[in-house]
Amino acid sequence: MFASLSDRINAAVSSLRGRGRLSDADIAASISEIRRALLDADVALPVVRDFTATVRERAEAAELSKALNPAQQIVKIVHEELTRILGGQARELRFAKRPPTVFLLAGLQGAGKTTLAGKLGRWLTEQGHTPLLVAADLQRPNAVQQLQIVGQGAGVAVWAPEPGNGVGNPVEVARSGVAHAKEQFYDVVVVDTAGRLGVDAEMMQQAADIRDATQPDEILFVIDAMIGQDAVTTANAFAEGVGFTGVVLSKLDGDARGGAALSVASVTGVPVMFASTGEKVGDFERFHADRMASRILDMGDMLTLIEQA
Amino acid sequence: ARSGALGQALLAVLGRDRLDEAAWEELEETLLQADLGLEPTTALLTELRTRLRVDGTRDPVAIRATLRELLLAQVDPTMDRTLATARREVDGTWLPATVLMVGVNGTGKTTTVGKLARLLVAQDQTVLLGAADTFRAAAADQLATWAQRVGVEVVRSDRDGADPASVAHDAVDRGVADGVDVVIIDTAGRLQNKAGLMDELGKIARVASRRAPITESLLVLDATTGQNGLRQARVFAEVAQLTGIVLTKLDGSAKGGIVVAVQRELGIPVKLVGLGEGPDDLAPFDPESFVDALLG
Ligand SMILES: Nc1nc2c(ncn2[C@@H]2O[C@H](COP(=O)(O)OP(=O)(O)OP(=O)(O)O)[C@@H](O)[C@H]2O)c(=O)[nH]1
Ligand SMILES: Nc1nc2c(ncn2[C@@H]2O[C@H](COP(=O)(O)OP(=O)(O)OP(=O)(O)O)[C@@H](O)[C@H]2O)c(=O)[nH]1
Ligand SMILES: [Mg+2]
Ligand SMILES: [Mg+2]
Repeated sequence: MFASLSDRINAAVSSLRGRGRLSDADIAASISEIRRALLDADVALPVVRDFTATVRERAEAAELSKALNPAQQIVKIVHEELTRILGGQARELRFAKRPPTVFLLAGLQGAGKTTLAGKLGRWLTEQGHTPLLVAADLQRPNAVQQLQIVGQGAGVAVWAPEPGNGVGNPVEVARSGVAHAKEQFYDVVVVDTAGRLGVDAEMMQQAADIRDATQPDEILFVIDAMIGQDAVTTANAFAEGVGFTGVVLSKLDGDARGGAALSVASVTGVPVMFASTGEKVGDFERFHADRMASRILDMGDMLTLIEQA
Repeated sequence: ARSGALGQALLAVLGRDRLDEAAWEELEETLLQADLGLEPTTALLTELRTRLRVDGTRDPVAIRATLRELLLAQVDPTMDRTLATARREVDGTWLPATVLMVGVNGTGKTTTVGKLARLLVAQDQTVLLGAADTFRAAAADQLATWAQRVGVEVVRSDRDGADPASVAHDAVDRGVADGVDVVIIDTAGRLQNKAGLMDELGKIARVASRRAPITESLLVLDATTGQNGLRQARVFAEVAQLTGIVLTKLDGSAKGGIVVAVQRELGIPVKLVGLGEGPDDLAPFDPESFVDALLG
């Protein structure tokens, strides 16, 4: 039912005009299709605005290519720009010089933090590390137990000194988790925290307290790929409230376009590092900027053409 | 749902003496920001343009009122939003009302089951919960904690990975035997593009309704959800014959504007809203306050 962006740009761009530059009319028509596609993909408005301005500039400056028709050329520019922003500061996870390394997970309720803790644990084990998961969500009903089961499934140890369900101090649990890791020679600590809203000042302060108590090497912001325009507001609230060094996009096994990836990366400048792609412990991969770019704009077909050109 | 940003933006736009193209664009952007979606937004603004032309209005306050009226019409205050939770007598047997809670992962299904049970208990109804999420780690325990919190019982399997349909069936069976008013069945989160899991949900619904019909099938939608929410609703409506929507996490900064398109396209009313993680943080959906929140 939805024509892909490349189809729509193809339709919008009138024809080969045989001049040295892309025509203004073609660029304008394409920009309007690009805007629509980005909005349908839930890319945040301020990001859409910046993005289309950049693409317009590049398109206006571009020399008409021999190998590509004008539509293809615009798609190519769009894809390059998207990949540039999404892949901007791609890098490896930072590990501490003196173990244990601490990774802190933060995000909205239900984003996929606890599930991710298990996935990270399994992945780290495969990389030769000896991780410890720390159950510092003492709020959500049975979050501690959930992490214990997840840890068991991943074959990773779990530090859970408090029962949760409102009992215990999460800052203390995080602190004692790191101490326990030191004593028992776990070299990476993954701290699971309760979900919290960007507007909840008290809970945000708690996250900052956990951060201060554990001095994490990475703070990973976990965000649901289905999120809409709120992505920017929420990302900014977490950036300000607790700060984060990496983004994990979850539930990418769904059919959401995942414009949040672009929104968060472009507004905060923090790279998306991993993708969560299912409920099982192995459903976890590195984030691929180019794949994500094609997904947001639904333009895989056209790209193959361009690559062949 | 805090933040009068949209309202302020609207007022700023409407406060100008002339609605130029830039002002219209700004207006469009403010509606898009609430996740209304491009199509509904465009339709709404086209209508607003027409109305303003007919009325010849210049007064920003009147224009705002018109916009509010149009938005409210989209949300349709005349829809029936009552919950079918009364048990009924069929051939001499009292059958409980059955509520099925469905949705994608992490939207707030289990929490809503707990809150809804609390609401019904407060109305002197007897409630039984069914833990038909046998998949996610500690899902049944989470539901059991809620059951304990609000003082109701829960039917669950004694092993993980049990057939969720048979748990749902057992819950309804027990509900009939015990003569409770309402059985609420929690199900595992599932993404609508997973055919196997959606088939499983269809089976849960079929098997659960063998003894007593499902009276409410509620899609739990997270207010932060963007345009994918419409796809969720389409597929779940087909598989689980939705009768209503619960819009959760409205206590955050997201407005939940996607439900406007969902209601418009599928005619399924939003019945409840989630406003927090506590047992009392559930309220009936009120079109007027929803629209006012959208407008800031
Ligand atoms: N399909 C899919 N489901 C996921 C993914 N990640 C997490 N989930 C599911 O999403 C739901 C929420 O995941 P959790 O890990 O409990 O999320 P959380 O952020 O810890 O939630 P809170 O602790 O309540 O804030 C569960 O049903 C998970 O199985 C993913 O990548 N794909
Ligand atoms: N702020 C806020 N949080 C909520 C609301 N409803 C649920 N939550 C939180 O969202 C998270 C997920 O809620 P659950 O009830 O476990 O969601 P679910 O749909 O059952 O999740 P799965 O079974 O894993 O698919 C939990 O941390 C809840 O406390 C709400 O209305 N507001
Ligand atoms: Mg969790
Ligand atoms: Mg649940």
